[in-house]
Amino acid sequence: MTKTVYLLLLALIPVTATAELDVFACEPEWAALAGEIGGPRARTFSATTALQDPHYIQARPSLIAKVRRADLVICSGAQLEIGWLPALLQKANNRKVLPGSRGYLEASSYVVRLAATGNVDRAQGDIHPEGNPHIQTNPHNIAAVARALGERMQSLDPDNAASYEAGLADFLGRWQDAIEDWEARAETLRGAKAITHHKSWVYLERWLGIEEVANLEAVPGLPPTATHLSRLTKQFAGGGADFIIRSPYQDARPSEWLSEKVGIAAIVLPLTVGGTEQAQDLFSLFDDIIERLLKAHLHE
Amino acid sequence: MRLSVMLAVAVLLLTGSNTTQAQESEIEILRAAVEELRTDYDARIAELERRLAVAEQNAMQAQYATQYEGETQTGVLTDTSGRAAFNPAIGVIFQGQAWHVSRNPEDYAIQGFPFGGEAGPIDEGLSIGETELILNANVDDKFSAWLTAALALEDGEGVVEIEEAWVEATALPAGLGAKFGRFFSGIGYLNSRHSHTWDFADQPLPYQLFLGEQYLDNGIQVRWLAPTDLYMEFGGEWLQGGRYPAGGNADSGFGSYSLFANFGGDVGSNSSWLAGFSYLDSTAIDRPSGDEDDPLIFNGDSELTSAHFVWKWSPDGNWKQKNFIFQSELFRRREDGDYALPGGAPLLYDVDQTGWYAQAVYQPIPRWRFGGRVDGLSTDNPGALFDGTAVAAPSSDPRRYSIMADWSNSEFSRLRLQLTRDEAGPLDDTQWGLQYIHSIGAHGAHAF
Repeated sequence: MTKTVYLLLLALIPVTATAELDVFACEPEWAALAGEIGGPRARTFSATTALQDPHYIQARPSLIAKVRRADLVICSGAQLEIGWLPALLQKANNRKVLPGSRGYLEASSYVVRLAATGNVDRAQGDIHPEGNPHIQTNPHNIAAVARALGERMQSLDPDNAASYEAGLADFLGRWQDAIEDWEARAETLRGAKAITHHKSWVYLERWLGIEEVANLEAVPGLPPTATHLSRLTKQFAGGGADFIIRSPYQDARPSEWLSEKVGIAAIVLPLTVGGTEQAQDLFSLFDDIIERLLKAHLHE
Repeated sequence: MRLSVMLAVAVLLLTGSNTTQAQESEIEILRAAVEELRTDYDARIAELERRLAVAEQNAMQAQYATQYEGETQTGVLTDTSGRAAFNPAIGVIFQGQAWHVSRNPEDYAIQGFPFGGEAGPIDEGLSIGETELILNANVDDKFSAWLTAALALEDGEGVVEIEEAWVEATALPAGLGAKFGRFFSGIGYLNSRHSHTWDFADQPLPYQLFLGEQYLDNGIQVRWLAPTDLYMEFGGEWLQGGRYPAGGNADSGFGSYSLFANFGGDVGSNSSWLAGFSYLDSTAIDRPSGDEDDPLIFNGDSELTSAHFVWKWSPDGNWKQKNFIFQSELFRRREDGDYALPGGAPLLYDVDQTGWYAQAVYQPIPRWRFGGRVDGLSTDNPGALFDGTAVAAPSSDPRRYSIMADWSNSEFSRLRLQLTRDEAGPLDDTQWGLQYIHSIGAHGAHAF
């Protein structure tokens, strides 16, 4: 009996590992980035997976428990998580990670946000007035966030500042090389035309010089409608686009349907780490995105 | 501030002092002054460093933008934290319905369970519910505040009621949180949820009959969250006791207290759960219930114990495409005191009652949801003295069966059709209605 009680108590005591910083990332890309910089010193957790639409997440008890113990919360921001992150922060009673404190990092604050309108009417759909939040599809943005994150990790855990600094420098070195490689490989994609399910890829498109010619969603954030899709079949009956792009968490049917009607390849691109079998870290994420784009482009 | 510190230092240096004691205290003051200067400069340097970092990012981003795109920059670089564009955030929620009942709602009552508080059937015909005006914002770095003003029509007259008005301490240490003001008690699962988040047009029977629809009162709430991977929340409240099931601000205005605990976690990546227990102890002084013009008056203690369980499922946790929610709550109420029936002397009343509901809601495709709910009540017989009165036990336990279908064009609009078979009222009744719930402006994140 006493033994069971002790075991129960033990189960309640937080596990103390070698990690010095508990990092709660709203999206997998930021968890991966914190891992690249912090190595074993950062214990990372991602609130969402690549198979989930980050706009629509339940403020689950398990996530509140994680925020409660976090030293640093890093999220894309620009209202991407507005439907659930405020509820987590309000319930988690952790003053260290509230917006405005050092333990809260909004990744999209450190990059140039595209399509920021400042003011929106909701009749236009699920538009983010502070700009498109899917910033992770441009590796230059990842580098900018890495610098901010590295600096933040150093200041939150000053005893290991040198380690984070070294981790950051190492990552940025490898990242710069990788960017040059990706840009060389993707040269042939310049000028390609894409139809996308949702406006998830604007940063990738501007990086690689791809033109977005249509969206499957008639109104951003609302499911594609039959009328809009049939309009698209007329518009693209004679071609006019190179691929139809969707993310793993988006309904496959609209893009497959359109693809069948107009003969344009429908492809799934990983929007973040874990989105495909190949995209296992930040490097293989972009490797895979470019690989899939090139493959679809060549087959055309 | 710095000027005054410098002056103090200068004055101290000039005047000097003879005794050692005075010198020591001077040293103390000087030390404090230097320390103050240091913190002040540290803060300024940190701010400058931050601005420098942002400026560097800006330059780098601008350079990258021109380098890789060769076109004008349309983006912006900000350092906001995703807060609302206006301060405070303002939102309005519109609700209303067309409701059909086959029996006269004027005579509606549930035998053995007189209505108290806000409880009662939905108005017949076309009507609007409460229109909620919500304002909320951080007060400063340590507090945030929330106001819900309910705008309603009562007998054709517009009335504004303060539904919620609370301040929350956000900077407490060690996983503690505190809220004070007027708020929905944290007991049960549905009690603290706003009506626009309900899955059915009305509250389940135990909420209507045991809590006057929702227990709302003035007071203070303290919550503590354990630092564990298993979600464990413990909380307690001290409340004024002015509203049903309490009444009359007993114990010098400390008439109710509550305790609650919640636990939760995930099972794989598809499912998550929440389970909890709560206890509400309230004292009622001259608490009215039943007919508004000719009420029953209760004096005594009302204790409510409850347990709740919620299960949510969606494939891979991708909520938008498909999801399922099961939720159930069980209540046990004991009321011990005396009931004065209209025109009569108080009679001793000591009765245990039970209430429960179980519901399931399924969203097979985006926008569409379908749900079913069963709710019921049962009560001990208060004794022969109450025979023929509104609090005597009914011949059969009250029950209701509801089904609903709703369609949400976006997260901000919802239309719902509900059909209820009511076997709780004086005569079995079939009710149905169409309800709308729409919101504009800022909309807070919903709790699990």
